[in-house]
Amino acid sequence: MTPEEEAEFKRRRKTRNNVIGLVLGAFVILFYLITIVRMGD
Amino acid sequence: MNVTATPATEATLASTPLPAEWRDFFALTKPRVMSLVVFTGLCGLLAAPGAIHPVLGFTAILCIAMGAGGAAALNQWWEADIDAKMKRTAKRPLPSGRLRREDARDFGMLLSGASVFVMLVAIHWLAAIVLAFSIFYYAVIYTMWLKPRTPQNIVIGGGAGAFPPLIGWIAVTGEITAMPLLLFAIIFIWTPPHFWALALFVKTDYAEAGIPMMPVVAGEKSTRRQVLGYSVLLLATSLLPWIIGGTGLIYGIAALALSAVFVALSVPVGLRSSQPDDRMQPEKRLFAYSVIYLFALFTALVADRMVLA
Repeated sequence: MTPEEEAEFKRRRKTRNNVIGLVLGAFVILFYLITIVRMGD
Repeated sequence: MNVTATPATEATLASTPLPAEWRDFFALTKPRVMSLVVFTGLCGLLAAPGAIHPVLGFTAILCIAMGAGGAAALNQWWEADIDAKMKRTAKRPLPSGRLRREDARDFGMLLSGASVFVMLVAIHWLAAIVLAFSIFYYAVIYTMWLKPRTPQNIVIGGGAGAFPPLIGWIAVTGEITAMPLLLFAIIFIWTPPHFWALALFVKTDYAEAGIPMMPVVAGEKSTRRQVLGYSVLLLATSLLPWIIGGTGLIYGIAALALSAVFVALSVPVGLRSSQPDDRMQPEKRLFAYSVIYLFALFTALVADRMVLA
């Protein structure tokens, strides 16, 4: 693997991990909100 | 922290293909199709009698979108070989080699499972069951079983696209009544003329991929007649919500006008034959209008409900 390919590998992995982190964070917030709404029912 | 790659890490990197971009996973969900799914699901939710908390309404639509995305990913996982043979689909993440096939399968399973689970715990058990069945219907009954076997595949596939407004409605009411079934029927009957109009001007692709699309199997003349027949049936079906008293005059007039134009555009498609080097303008026009038609009809449905409310 050339240095350029390795840099691209790491860039893609980092971007993907960031997106997964954002999605998981969004779900945590969503579940918190759902719980609050359901408790009010 | 500055981490320098060890020889072991370098060896691992060297033997590992580049990881897929997140955009490729997003492309697996067929975002353009999903926009229609989200829209019709939202319209079903907004047109239903009753109210739903905005957070729960958002969650229901998110689940419908995730379910549709999961089913689309499973569809592309199964059809990667076929997609590679067609110009229209050859650039998708799997046939172009940007994504591994098993990753697409796992992603599809994860999205599908998560959508049904969240719908079950946050919204309603009946909505979760119908959502689960819609995913099974599209990924298994349509994609794996019937699409490669019958020229009626588009009619059957139309059922999968017809579920979102039904699920949106159930998310609010918790029951299945005549109105959401009619919304289901409208999309179900809208799909054949919508897709066969497309298939008429890209039929070479389907023939080469071995998919028994109606123009390939039954011939162009029969397909054209069926496009016209379904368009007339769509006119009648789109008026039923108004006739049974489920909607008001706003929807009734909009459905009549929009469906009349649909039939008018279907007439030249139904009655003509294509010539060598035909630019297929009537078919392209009908296909373009069919997308506008569905957006406009469901917008009218919601507008009608808002005014009545």
